[in-house]
Amino acid sequence: MSTLEQFRQQTRAWLEANCPDSQRQPIVKEEQIWGGRRRTFPSADAKLWFERMRDRGWTAPEWPSEYGGGGLNPEQAQILQEEMQALGCRPPLYEIGLWMFGPALLKFGTEAQKAEHIPKIVRGEIRWSQGYSEPAAGSDLAGLKTRAEDKGDHFLVNGTKIWTTQADKADWIFCLVRTDPNAPKQEGISFLLIDMETRGVSTSPIQLISGESEFCQTFFDDVVVPKENLVGEFNQGWTVAKELLKHERKLMSIMGAMAEREEEDLRHLAKRYIGVDEQGKIRDPILRDRVTRHLMQSGADALTNKRLYQLLEQGQAEPNLPLIMKYVSTTEVQRKDELLLAILGNRGLSWHDDEFSDGEKRTVQNWAYNKAHTIAGGTSEIQLNIIAKRVLQLPG
Amino acid sequence: MNMILNEEQRLLKETAHGFLQSHAPVAAMRKLRDDRDTLGYSAELWRQLVELGIASIVLPEEYGGLDFGFLGLGAVLEEMGRNLTASPLFSSVVLGASALELGGSEQQRQEIFPQLVEGKLSLALAIDEQQHHQPLATAVKLQIEGDALRITGSKVFVQDGHSADKLLVVTRSSGKPGDRQGISLVLVDRETAGIEVTRTHMMDGRNAAKITFNDVEITPEQLVGPINQGMDILQPVLDRGAICMAAEMLGGIQEVFDRTIEYLKEREQFDVKIGSFQALQHRAAIMYCKIEQCRSAVLDALAALDNHSTDVSLKASQAKALVNDCYILVSNEAVQMHGGMGITDELDIGLYLKRARVSVQIMGDSLYHRDRYASLLGY
Repeated sequence: MSTLEQFRQQTRAWLEANCPDSQRQPIVKEEQIWGGRRRTFPSADAKLWFERMRDRGWTAPEWPSEYGGGGLNPEQAQILQEEMQALGCRPPLYEIGLWMFGPALLKFGTEAQKAEHIPKIVRGEIRWSQGYSEPAAGSDLAGLKTRAEDKGDHFLVNGTKIWTTQADKADWIFCLVRTDPNAPKQEGISFLLIDMETRGVSTSPIQLISGESEFCQTFFDDVVVPKENLVGEFNQGWTVAKELLKHERKLMSIMGAMAEREEEDLRHLAKRYIGVDEQGKIRDPILRDRVTRHLMQSGADALTNKRLYQLLEQGQAEPNLPLIMKYVSTTEVQRKDELLLAILGNRGLSWHDDEFSDGEKRTVQNWAYNKAHTIAGGTSEIQLNIIAKRVLQLPG
Repeated sequence: MNMILNEEQRLLKETAHGFLQSHAPVAAMRKLRDDRDTLGYSAELWRQLVELGIASIVLPEEYGGLDFGFLGLGAVLEEMGRNLTASPLFSSVVLGASALELGGSEQQRQEIFPQLVEGKLSLALAIDEQQHHQPLATAVKLQIEGDALRITGSKVFVQDGHSADKLLVVTRSSGKPGDRQGISLVLVDRETAGIEVTRTHMMDGRNAAKITFNDVEITPEQLVGPINQGMDILQPVLDRGAICMAAEMLGGIQEVFDRTIEYLKEREQFDVKIGSFQALQHRAAIMYCKIEQCRSAVLDALAALDNHSTDVSLKASQAKALVNDCYILVSNEAVQMHGGMGITDELDIGLYLKRARVSVQIMGDSLYHRDRYASLLGY
């Protein structure tokens, strides 16, 4: 038996013995476990599952074991993911530090920074937020104005960040700050880590069109930040920022791909709400065709993801495919959301009223929430710019 | 399903690429069209392709084939699509040989496959009767009186029907048009008395035919597979056809797209390259995304054929529908982005535009395939 096959069997056995039944049910938003000083667990089972995975470092399977990670190689990590999927195990930890910040810090952080921050992410002890966009710097991210002045033994930070993910619940925030106002846009930026408990940091939640408040605006008013919180070279923060964005877009395309599939099967929903003819076909041929278009399209997205993975597995780098995934999957999610609303008719117009079922309400709320998908992490337009320039090498 | 070509398959693709570029570039296709060539393809080129083993790629080894699989064949078809290469590979091997492989008698295979491998004989599948591909609507009648079988009716849009030596004819032996039961497949010589073949000159310059059967008498030995059960053989044949045609189309899409991107980098207006305009960049980027999605769907469907998957029909319809729409989009955009030059016959872009429309109709357009996909999934 190959060592990988052995690893698969051991992993499966361990998951079967250690993942409580309740943690093998499809996850709902309210039961996700987020890290942080103020973390709570929805149930004893959830806590147990989190702790068992944490103790193996499997909250961050591929991170080095010296920082508390699982130390798995990519093949093993893939096997772990496949086995978790096969058993329906819930992710043990949801955390921006895990998805976006950690990988960038592992690449650009100093030894001391990694030793300080990485284990706390793996163990779910610190919750991170992202300080990138500003009210006047969205797609033009490098136009950011939040300033960090070099005051000798510390930086003094002033300005504001927007779309800071759950900053009201986060412990630390990683920020892009302007450290040289005279340099060309991308060259005067540094990457700073700021403790949210520092004097002068305040947050205010933003209510979204979906009624949720996942994002905040965060204000920095004469905030003193120690020098050792600079990641990467001074004025070279854009390099770190791009690395992190790569992980963010990958995350967005995975979320998109999941959202493409997670709803109750579209065709059953369409049959139920639209009705069927004597042959069992959805009665409205145009809606039936739209359902099929979506299924084919999302099927092709999933296959493209799979092809990308197969190429990587065989050592054939395909740097262009990841660049299209964010655009295609988030676009298709929204197409599906619109289709769902068309299917639900007037049953798809409320998420407050008890007159409507949970499924109906969730569908509508997702429709509104998912409008963020083609904006966050680089808008669709920015993604198309990147494809045009980097892949197709078009001029200008 | 593994969507990545292995070493051997990659090598085959490279060989086909090099050979077709030097022996069958688009200019060769253009010449066939301008000469109104009676055959519709170059016999010499076909002989050379046969020598390279292209005709034997998917045929079983026991009959002299290479049993090399559909991912390999798809790679060759893609290269043909790039060059708009006219050849009987699709009609004769993908459709014709598949029908005999899946439904033919031992005697039929023994007689035909060795000749096919040597390029001495070609086949065509006569299936469509009306404006649209709709196999169940088959009405051409097969009348059975004891040992005497007679075919009456007309077929249209028979790919290479004008030049094929033998025809596989989809007939109705019982029931009414629309029924799955009652379809029978028969094998006849094109030159049989009572068969009238008229070449139809399609806009892509290829060979298609209208074939009328005037009370054509055949024997029970000419049946391919059991009587009335023809759809059981035909369905996998048509799935192979849809997937392989999608592979050919993918090559055409890629080529016309690549040429368009090159043009965007060369053409100047308002003192800048037109490729610097965001309005064009975004449309180009969207096409790139769609092409990659199509590539995934086609490779997955070809792999499904090689793995004898149970969901080949679904994958065939998914691939053909997506590729149909993509070829129409990309060929239209290619014309538009080439501006005035795009509508001249001097440029090859128009040849792709036309091939796109013809190939969309071969083995079913997108409405047909989306309807079939939905029906297969029970909605």
